[in-house]
Amino acid sequence: MEMIIAIAVLGGLGLAFGLVLAAASRVFAVEADPRLEQLNECLPGANCGGCGYAGCAAYAEAVLKGEAPIGACPSGGNECAQTMAAIMGVKAEPVTRRVALVRCSGARTYDADGNLIKGAKIKAQYEGFRDCLAASRVGGNGPISCKFGCLGFGTCVKACHYGAIRVENGVAVVDEELCVGCMACARACPRHLIVPVEPDRNVVIACASLAKGAVTTRGCTVGCIGCGLCKKICPAGAITVEKNLAVIDYSKCTNCGLCATVCPKKLIKDSNVENLDDPNVKSLNGPVY
Amino acid sequence: MQAILGILLAAILSQNFILVKFCGICPFMGVSRKMDAALGMGMAVTFVMALASAACYWVNALLLVPMQLQYMQTVAFVLVIASIVQVVEMFLKKSVPALYQALGVFLPLITTNCAVLGVVLENVQKEYSFLFSVLNGAAGGLGFTLAIVVFASLRERVNESDCPECFRGYPLTLIAAGLLALAFMGFSGLRV
Repeated sequence: MEMIIAIAVLGGLGLAFGLVLAAASRVFAVEADPRLEQLNECLPGANCGGCGYAGCAAYAEAVLKGEAPIGACPSGGNECAQTMAAIMGVKAEPVTRRVALVRCSGARTYDADGNLIKGAKIKAQYEGFRDCLAASRVGGNGPISCKFGCLGFGTCVKACHYGAIRVENGVAVVDEELCVGCMACARACPRHLIVPVEPDRNVVIACASLAKGAVTTRGCTVGCIGCGLCKKICPAGAITVEKNLAVIDYSKCTNCGLCATVCPKKLIKDSNVENLDDPNVKSLNGPVY
Repeated sequence: MQAILGILLAAILSQNFILVKFCGICPFMGVSRKMDAALGMGMAVTFVMALASAACYWVNALLLVPMQLQYMQTVAFVLVIASIVQVVEMFLKKSVPALYQALGVFLPLITTNCAVLGVVLENVQKEYSFLFSVLNGAAGGLGFTLAIVVFASLRERVNESDCPECFRGYPLTLIAAGLLALAFMGFSGLRV
């Protein structure tokens, strides 16, 4: 008898709560737009933040409210933009793929005796937080001599959701196959070294040093000194030298690669040329092993 | 007055749910990576603990004790807590969207949290009155918040430290949790 009472009481309690829940789900039902779920489904779900919103769900909501443009998702690319446009019943411009470029060539190479033969010089041994922002605040612009160069503590590596960036020989390197161009790394980099570029270009200038030539040379063997040889040889007039740094205007660039051949510091990288002075250079962004 | 102080002191410091009773370890490990998330979780737990203490007091007093079903307390309380959290979640979503956004994913996460069940069972075992039960629930939640927020701030620093590879991530986190629990042991002598 006692057992039956126990079963009845617990069962009744469960039933009562079940009914309350069922009633509550009716009473407190919130109208949800079915398009929201569809949008969420076609987004990659990596929450990389490349669109400028807190995550994929936040972006989908903003698109639904008409606050965010379609095609702002760099990870999803063109396919995702077209699907989203179909869901929202509008037309989307085709989205071109971009990849991240680390504008630093200061990867360090040492000879057999441990002397630096190539790359950015190290001026101090840093033993604090393994974080670029922390390191860049210490001892006057951080532990390396170039105040524009990659610090190599991998803050961008931690920011990347796709495992597309890593640090090699003290400088961050992007894997263009894996990179989706969300620029999470660029937002994490305290030196603003990382910029988006279209992957079909051949030539990039992998340096961000705005210092005068002599200062740059003291800090790094591979820094842009603003000599202007690339500007002189460029047949399309695509290169300018601004604040001691060469800059390519990709709307004029014809991908001829002449600038890469004349650069005395070999920091203009041409993907069509197998290597420059380093047999390991195959990618634009640096050595890939 | 002394009884109230005693409950507060025990629930927040000397008998802290996470660090002394080892209840609610999963959110303690899972949601302590970022300070703001930890604070949100703490708020949600405090809210649910107070609410569950109130509801379970009446279920116990009006249903289980008269029917002499005290041995079914655990099962009945799990049922009550889970249902309440669900109903409250639906209510907040409809009526107080701002609070719903703030508590966010944390509310369903603590549906069957052992810290919540623990405080409810403790209320019954110590035969607290209704008001003392609610007070104990809220204070237990505050103790939970204190522990998880302190731990999150520790963890944010520990994650940036340059430690040996084998300790990186969870091993170091668990060691830090153990040290924090040791520190809380220092409160065990406190009495009102």
